[in-house]
Amino acid sequence: MMRRLIAVWHARNLEFLRDRPTLIFTLLLPLGLVVGMGFIFGGPPRALFTVGVLGTAAAAAPNPLLHERYVKCVPVKDEATGLQEVTHQRIDLLLGLDGGVRYWVNTDSPKGYIVEKLLLAADPVARRQPVTGQAIPYVDWLFPGVLAMNMMFSCLFGVGYVVLRYRKSGFLKRLHATPLTAFEFLTAQVLSRLSLIIFVTVLLYVVIATIIHFHSAGSIALLLLLAVIGSLSMIAFGLTIAARFASEEVVVGLLNLLTWPMMLLSGVWFSIEDSPRWVQWIADILPLTQLVNAARAVMLEGAGIERIMPNLVYLALTTLAFLAFGAWSFRWRID
Amino acid sequence: MPENAPILQVRDLVKQYPAVTAVNGVSFAVPEGTCFGLLGPNGAGKTTTIEIMEGILPPTAGEVRYRGEPLGARFREEAGILFQKTALQDFLSVRQSVALFRGLYRHGLDVDEVLELCALSKLASRDNRKLSGGQQQRLLLAIALVNDPKVLFLDEPTTGLDPQARRNFWDLVESIKARRKTIILTTHYMEEAQLLCDEIVIMDHGRIIAQGAPQRLLSEHFSEVLLELPRHEFPEVARQLPLKVIDASDRVEISTHDLDGTLRALIEARVPLRNLRIRPANLEDLFLDLTGKELRT
Repeated sequence: MMRRLIAVWHARNLEFLRDRPTLIFTLLLPLGLVVGMGFIFGGPPRALFTVGVLGTAAAAAPNPLLHERYVKCVPVKDEATGLQEVTHQRIDLLLGLDGGVRYWVNTDSPKGYIVEKLLLAADPVARRQPVTGQAIPYVDWLFPGVLAMNMMFSCLFGVGYVVLRYRKSGFLKRLHATPLTAFEFLTAQVLSRLSLIIFVTVLLYVVIATIIHFHSAGSIALLLLLAVIGSLSMIAFGLTIAARFASEEVVVGLLNLLTWPMMLLSGVWFSIEDSPRWVQWIADILPLTQLVNAARAVMLEGAGIERIMPNLVYLALTTLAFLAFGAWSFRWRID
Repeated sequence: MPENAPILQVRDLVKQYPAVTAVNGVSFAVPEGTCFGLLGPNGAGKTTTIEIMEGILPPTAGEVRYRGEPLGARFREEAGILFQKTALQDFLSVRQSVALFRGLYRHGLDVDEVLELCALSKLASRDNRKLSGGQQQRLLLAIALVNDPKVLFLDEPTTGLDPQARRNFWDLVESIKARRKTIILTTHYMEEAQLLCDEIVIMDHGRIIAQGAPQRLLSEHFSEVLLELPRHEFPEVARQLPLKVIDASDRVEISTHDLDGTLRALIEARVPLRNLRIRPANLEDLFLDLTGKELRT
């Protein structure tokens, strides 16, 4: 038995070592992820709580809360902006220092609860102010991001993997012998996946919204339009990855390399507003960030089409760019 | 295009890979309405040549012309192709698989007509993954015929089929020939080529070593009959006889004009004749004669 086992083990090792793209990728992917995460999340210990301060930094300086470890102070230009930040849990507490210490906190925010305790321990006379309008629970804040992330996985893996399978089996080669063009093939894949994703997303939306009693503040039709354009962009993104390669390891590695940063940087789970500027810049170019930001604006703030138009245009342009690149670099057969 | 002008012209075709020249300066013309065979052993360059002719593979040098023009949109509409190996989309029935390809062409046959032509009507609703080897080949042929092609490429279509399925497939090809289609066929089965092809080229090491109608080639190279004897029953002493002896894998072949004289010589040399077989020359013998080796090596 050992001889057979060793023979198969040896052959598989040879196959792996001689498949250069896979080998390089297997080594580079984890290395790249570690280095990238180090850059993004490395450096000195991060603040756990973000406190928005109305007024000047000089006025805020004496407040003992702002000198606690792991509390980060960010200036907020006016009360209306600050309240929106609290409502959306982008900051954990808003502090006003004019005419005595006043603060605003989202009662649905766990971090807000703790930072309020810290403030009252340091300054027992601080006065809590009512948060006007509806506070947004974390689960509501998370909901658009989870929908978008589900779309991303379905788009990238669903399409990328299928095209790779078609290429490996020779089905693409057979299609190549017909009048079908690469652009037609890719577009058909996009449309097929799109209808499936929209159906699943609508179903998920209805079920989850029913369970968590969520009501979108904005237009459902606009959300649908956003879902269509966002899905198109990410399906096209997946196709560009699968357009050329014939190795499963390389394609899956590349898809992982793309989905991980998107999951971490696009603000699905947490805000990256206190990350370095260049990290935020990278986040902004990711289609998922554009989709999540626009979805939150519509679902939580009731934004109209004119406000999310830049996101829609960006997603539409990336769709065209990805499709054009995919069609240009598309390979029907394995050489 | 004038009558009898070739439907396909292959000129100075070369295909080089880093370690090997698969096709090395091949030229020929395929007359319309004929069955044209590309013959040769594995690795001779047949599949590379046919894939360049199909427009699937770019040549390193040379060109292929369809009706006098470079391969283009018209060729794609009018060509039907059966590859050596093709996977189809999973979870589709036979009818759905044919209908998928029918949808890719502007003109063509009705799906039911193609299923009928390829004896697939009774299997129309079966999952394409649950077909036997012969049925699978008939489905791939149906897909190749779905656009009612002017030119049909068949790349080793019967390799791996059992004798019965192979004969059934030949009958199908004969019925397609009767429709005056041009067929380009690669094979290493000489019986298949001799039965189906009007004209052949024989390839070896990426080059053409013989070209013409099968019977003409045979009559040019062989005016003799062939005697076959098992190799182990052919003694060394018999090799001293003034005979034209060709060694095949398990047998020796003697070609002769004088059958009586040759038989007498063998009897005098005490060669056992109980397993002797006398037959006319075929394309296999022609290849052996031209290259000194058998086709299926």
